[in-house]
Amino acid sequence: MVAHPTTTHFKDNAHRAMLDAQLQKALANTRTGFIEKRVLAVSKLPEFDALRDSARDIKDHTLAHLDLYLEAFETKVTEAGGHVHWARDAEEARRIIVDLCKQYDADSVTKGKSMISEEIGLNSAIEAAGIKAVETDLGEYIIQLRHETPSHIIAPAIHLNKEQVEQDFRRVHTELPKDRDLSQPTQLLTEARAILREKFLAADVGITGANFLVAETGTSIIVTNEGNGDLTQTLPDTHIVIASIEKIVPTLEDVSQLLRVLAPSATGQDMSVYTTFSTGPRRAGDPDGPTNYHVVLLDNGRSNMLGGEFEEMLRCIRCGACMNHCPVYHSVGGHAYGWVYPGPMGSVLTPSLIGVEKGGNLPNASTFCGRCEEACPVRIPLPKMMRHWREREFERHLSPSVARYGLSAWAFFAKRPKLYQFATGVAMRLLGWAGSSRGRFASLPMASGWTKFRDMPAPQGRTFQSQWRDRGGAR
Amino acid sequence: MSGPKRGQKDRPVPDTQTRPRVGLFATCLVDLFRPSVGFAAAKLLTDAGCDVVVPPQTCCGQPAFNSGDRRTTRDIALQVIDAFEHCDYVVAPSGSCAGMMAKNYPELFAGEPDMARKALAFARKTFELVSFLTDVRKATGVEARFDGTCTYHDSCSGLRELGIKAQPRKLLSSVQGLDLVEMKDSDVCCGFGGTFAVKYGEISASIAARKTENVTASGAPMLLAGDLGCLMNMAGKLSREGKDIEVRHVAEVLAGMTEDPPIGRAHDE
Repeated sequence: MVAHPTTTHFKDNAHRAMLDAQLQKALANTRTGFIEKRVLAVSKLPEFDALRDSARDIKDHTLAHLDLYLEAFETKVTEAGGHVHWARDAEEARRIIVDLCKQYDADSVTKGKSMISEEIGLNSAIEAAGIKAVETDLGEYIIQLRHETPSHIIAPAIHLNKEQVEQDFRRVHTELPKDRDLSQPTQLLTEARAILREKFLAADVGITGANFLVAETGTSIIVTNEGNGDLTQTLPDTHIVIASIEKIVPTLEDVSQLLRVLAPSATGQDMSVYTTFSTGPRRAGDPDGPTNYHVVLLDNGRSNMLGGEFEEMLRCIRCGACMNHCPVYHSVGGHAYGWVYPGPMGSVLTPSLIGVEKGGNLPNASTFCGRCEEACPVRIPLPKMMRHWREREFERHLSPSVARYGLSAWAFFAKRPKLYQFATGVAMRLLGWAGSSRGRFASLPMASGWTKFRDMPAPQGRTFQSQWRDRGGAR
Repeated sequence: MSGPKRGQKDRPVPDTQTRPRVGLFATCLVDLFRPSVGFAAAKLLTDAGCDVVVPPQTCCGQPAFNSGDRRTTRDIALQVIDAFEHCDYVVAPSGSCAGMMAKNYPELFAGEPDMARKALAFARKTFELVSFLTDVRKATGVEARFDGTCTYHDSCSGLRELGIKAQPRKLLSSVQGLDLVEMKDSDVCCGFGGTFAVKYGEISASIAARKTENVTASGAPMLLAGDLGCLMNMAGKLSREGKDIEVRHVAEVLAGMTEDPPIGRAHDE
């Protein structure tokens, strides 16, 4: 299900998240595991930085010729006996997929993990057509049972603990004996696997996303660890791929480069357990595969990003490293961001897709520490692009009026050094005097955003410039 | 005395023989809140054979830049560039402000070739204090003594924009009587982030709480860093948590100027 954006309530969302003890415990695990595994994986790849440069260049080249490669991809898919559908927006993509499901008389649909499916709100559209949609990635399956959205792009249920999952299984899996031990993660996995096996066999249509689409062969590629994606796309009679247009890559050689930076950045693996290539429907002599193969290519605002200051965001290969390294994500988790994509990549992408009027909070909620850019396998300058969003907001007078007023008052003085030195000289003497007994302030009326949560150190008293001048220092 | 050559591709070749004129950009926070850091920086630069000048200054413009106000940023950048025109180098006791001037000024003047050239020349002569001492003035140590143990926080801009990591550790290791113990995640953000600390105060403080936990766990009774913004944030959080840890700018210890009370403390505390 797609969330109605709550990005405008980011602060409230974050406040609740920081008070949620269970969530905070779950987030504590994310702060170390992903990061340590990535460091270890990268340490084994002396050529990692060169691979990142190459990955960036491949993506930049593709984006510069996106139309060409998309059309080449369509030609190859068609030659292989498949069909390509072009969807301008979420509504069109939903309609195409639901129509296909109806066309093939589907009663039930299995789904591999896909963030695009989340972006377009596919599950609720399928269910509204009277067709059962079952998520088969374990994390996605769990959050589907809970009617939640993913809180992380590669670990959708990372905000939950195993006790919560056990409760959900006992609530939904009604045939589960009460005395069955489900206290261990492997027992939960076994239970989910038994249930999902039936769903795989019963499904009429399998829907997957794509990590990459290869223009030279018309191939869609998924990268998974559970094998659910393979069962989703090979067992049902119909396989539908839903992917956004920037997933295209020219050649298989290019994909092999990108795969080498993807898994190390995401999970710290050399490669994911399964990397599966699908090209068209089952051919005569193939042991398995679908009879019908469809690819739905989604734009949904991405072509507007081409040629502009947010184009580099389209290099993103959805590894999740930026959120794994983000201090803000570590504090508030993924749901606080209020739409599909959390963390730094979400803070840049979300305003592009739903508008900065709704998503403007996200690029502002960053310390610009730069750790995301440092970890990004395709070197996306995430802080710089968040700043570009702040510029768009400022130009359009969307930033809060208090902040704008404060900024212009400050700028008035900052642009007049003499006046500034006089005014700050007086102010610092007063503040220094007021704070001299304790050396800090526990509350300051003009800076309650600061002092509500920590003390404000008091100034020493006289400014550096006035003291320097008085001591006859050279200027 | 001749200034550095302008318009060349790399940074000016350091001239360690003559006394360069160094313009000290104190930063607005040091100017207003902690002048003692400015005097410590001036002493370190003088000891490193520089003539220190302090041109009239306000701020590097980063608050406007990060708030999306490019025009104000550009105006302030022009003002700074002009004020330091007569300096061979510009040095700031802050990786954040030095990063702003050295990395971001040139792009403010895209489409204005003459100004862009000027901004680029300015950027090339601009350095953060500690890395200027080690990398340009080739300092291998300082003449200072401090009996105690400290831990060091790597501020984000200095670390990631300017590559400052080994330099402060190198100079701190030369301070007599001082031991440095590393804390966990010394390179992770303290949660300051400029106006972020006020606009998203609760998140900022939550990030700061993880930092103070690591500072405390290091066992060091003193915390050092090279940016006053981060230091005020961490000191404010530590004192709010009732933790008795001294917080100082690294320049104060390197200059042997630790008579003033630590950040956020009073004289009689």
